[in-house]
Amino acid sequence: MKKKVLTVDDSRTMRDMVTFTLKGAGYDVVEAADGQQAMTAMAAGKVDLVITDLNMPVMDGLTLIRKLRAIPAHRTLPILMLTTEADEKKKAEGRAAGATGWIVKPFNPDKLVSVVQKVCG
Amino acid sequence: MDDLSRFKQTYFDESAELLAVAEAGLLRLAPGDVDMDEVNAIFRAVHSIKGGGGAFGFNELVAFAHEFETVMDGVRNATIPVTTALVDTLIRANDVLAQMLAYAGEGTDAPPGTTDGTVAALRRHLDAAAHAPEEAVHTPAPAPASAIPPAFPDDEDDEAGIFGDALAAIAAARDEGAPAAGPVPPGKIRWTVVFRPKAELLLSGNEPTFMLRALRRLGEAEIACHLDRLPALRDLDAELLHLHWTVTLIADPEVGRERIDDVFEFVADDCDIRITAEAPLPAVIETAAPPAAETAPALPALTQPAPAAAPAEAAAQPPAAKPAEPAKPRAAGNGSGGEHAGLTSHTIRVDLDKIDRLVNMVGEMVITQAMVAEHVRDLPPGQFQELLEGLEQLAQHTRELRENVMSIRAQPVSSVFSRMPRLVRECAGLTGKEVALVTSGENTEVDKTVVENLVDPLTHMIRNSIDHGLESPDERERVGKPRTGTVHLSAQHRSGRIVIEITDDGRGINRAKVLSKAIEKGLVAPGAALSDEEVDNLIFLPGFSTADQVSNLSGRGVGMDVVRRNISSLGGRIGVYSTPGEGSRFTLSLPLTLAVLDGMVISVGEERFVLPLTNIVESLRPKPEDLHGLVNKCDVMMARGEYVRLVHLHRLFGIPKAIDDATKGLVVLVETEDGSRLGLVVDEILGQQQVVIKSLESNFRRLEGVAAATILGDGRVALILDVAGLREMSRHGGDNPGGPRPASFPATPSLPASAGHDTRQRQTA
Repeated sequence: MKKKVLTVDDSRTMRDMVTFTLKGAGYDVVEAADGQQAMTAMAAGKVDLVITDLNMPVMDGLTLIRKLRAIPAHRTLPILMLTTEADEKKKAEGRAAGATGWIVKPFNPDKLVSVVQKVCG
Repeated sequence: MDDLSRFKQTYFDESAELLAVAEAGLLRLAPGDVDMDEVNAIFRAVHSIKGGGGAFGFNELVAFAHEFETVMDGVRNATIPVTTALVDTLIRANDVLAQMLAYAGEGTDAPPGTTDGTVAALRRHLDAAAHAPEEAVHTPAPAPASAIPPAFPDDEDDEAGIFGDALAAIAAARDEGAPAAGPVPPGKIRWTVVFRPKAELLLSGNEPTFMLRALRRLGEAEIACHLDRLPALRDLDAELLHLHWTVTLIADPEVGRERIDDVFEFVADDCDIRITAEAPLPAVIETAAPPAAETAPALPALTQPAPAAAPAEAAAQPPAAKPAEPAKPRAAGNGSGGEHAGLTSHTIRVDLDKIDRLVNMVGEMVITQAMVAEHVRDLPPGQFQELLEGLEQLAQHTRELRENVMSIRAQPVSSVFSRMPRLVRECAGLTGKEVALVTSGENTEVDKTVVENLVDPLTHMIRNSIDHGLESPDERERVGKPRTGTVHLSAQHRSGRIVIEITDDGRGINRAKVLSKAIEKGLVAPGAALSDEEVDNLIFLPGFSTADQVSNLSGRGVGMDVVRRNISSLGGRIGVYSTPGEGSRFTLSLPLTLAVLDGMVISVGEERFVLPLTNIVESLRPKPEDLHGLVNKCDVMMARGEYVRLVHLHRLFGIPKAIDDATKGLVVLVETEDGSRLGLVVDEILGQQQVVIKSLESNFRRLEGVAAATILGDGRVALILDVAGLREMSRHGGDNPGGPRPASFPATPSLPASAGHDTRQRQTA
């Protein structure tokens, strides 16, 4: 069965690129434009991996990660965050919030696939 | 797959929206009035533009966006105070960003120095903030999280990374839910590969994840990572490998043991590998997967190469073909992801051409439906009751379909309205006036073409309102008005049209000045007695623009006459209502769509014409005493206490066999967009009808007095009259019984013939 990835980003371009890249690598991808929508999507069906932007309207990425981690079923869910630079502060915050890893955007599609494969198979 | 350039258009589209968001936000940003949500939205917009730009290698753009973003970040963290100068710089930065995007869109480099000035200005704000005397600028302390040493090393490089702890936790979680050894799917073989590399594996430059990935390419793999040999952090040697894996691989029978051995070719000496295979229950093989029987010797617990070694060689194809697959899952994925399709947006983007073709087809269908209706009208009702009822329904559905299709082209006027705050800001700056813009009804929808063509007229009219309408703050204070003038821009639907109003609370139109200018320019005879309304409307006359009016703002050689022409070319009308000392109101009334028109079908001799309903005031049959012939061969008629010029359409267009005597035919009283009236002498009014507008210019050529053409229910081509054009024609003596036929109009006999011809062409096309 295909693994399902939820990509959360307020930028349509970025969502499109993540979706395209991961579908190309054989994943099912669902999209959300902010943390709130992501929470709804998580409630709607099983997701194997969340890739989230950090800076978003309504609910930002770090809040999303914290909220997801507070739900027992998602304690071990892989969550990758997309950061614009290798920003140590953001990384630390992400780690504290419970992120699994990070991807620097703009991402190299192969890199994205390989990281996704590492954390979710 | 790495060709992400296909997303460029999405990026540019989205960036344009983001720029607009940023601009709107920046225009609302003012010292002492900082809405953090707004600031965040601006920051995000710039941030997203930068992020996407990086993906396409627009380095200059990214570099500039970074400068912009850095300052926005400062505003966000309140380390950079919001001043008017800062807002100006940010607005300029937004413009430059738009330019950079435009260059990127064209695929050209921005001219050197495009960003220099703005970058310098941005940096000045940044520096000023950095050297601000207040020490209270609290940069957030380094994140506390870094104080907690991660238990596991991060697996990272420049582009991405995985937090060691998290990875370990996930792997542990997977271990718990150990490989579920269910039945092997029919026609498949399940391999279990236990991969225990020596700790030194990494020192040889090998990367175990690559091998795991290679295994995955052979089939459906589940990989469990074992952490039992992982030492505590203080004992951990980051260059040693402490993990081992169990891979469960469901693969086609063609994938032999050799292929799996190949994966570990280079590390065979550095690791302990155990490979076992399971085939499905024999019964399943026989019934469900006969081909597998060839390789069926792949029996449980195979520890030697499968006999299928030879086929495996040839079977190198399937996995190799895998990379070609990506295109397919995208389409398939769309379907399976359907449950979430509505999650991000309920909209799709469609090429405008497609919509226009659809609009066109619906137009054709409306005509065809009308034709059918026309043909069955004469059928005896009793006999064809069901057919008639069916056609009635068809008419109903057609109408609904047309309305729905037209609404696809509809857009809210907000895209135009949103440009105005900036204009007002600029105008206010140039004139030294204080102006507040109030908008309402931004969500009113109207055809895209109308929306697009509203920009110039509205821009001009708002400039006018500020430049000429509003007084200076001091003057306003003197007359007891608030220093800040208000310009109100509103839109609303009113009886099938959109009405846009621009109201200001300025000084109103200076009628004495307008009148004297008009007389000076020879537009009005000296001593003419004009009503206030008539004087106000003089500003729409061509050539009215006066020397006094020319300022660096609105005096750009475009007068209100051009505005009126633009509006009337959209089938709209413009009016002005002014009260001295209290202000002016400009009213634009426009059709909601340019594809259909509510019209009245009239007949003149053998010809049919369509008059736009919006032009029609009333129709009447004059008594002989109402009619007055004038010396210059122009007839006038007394209608409701007013003299109205009569225009005989048959004379104007040279149509034979038409009624000349207005008392025997009908007079349709029409009004042009500037309020002047005409009486059109016609034979008969045939009825009201919605008609599909067909451009005459693109199919034939432009004709005076004719706005467009349409096809009537009986298949005949009818011309849609342009009332303002008719008035011009009649002024030039076209409506003259003995006068020459206007050269611009084709010989009438050709019309019905060409009409029939056109119908056939249309149907075969």
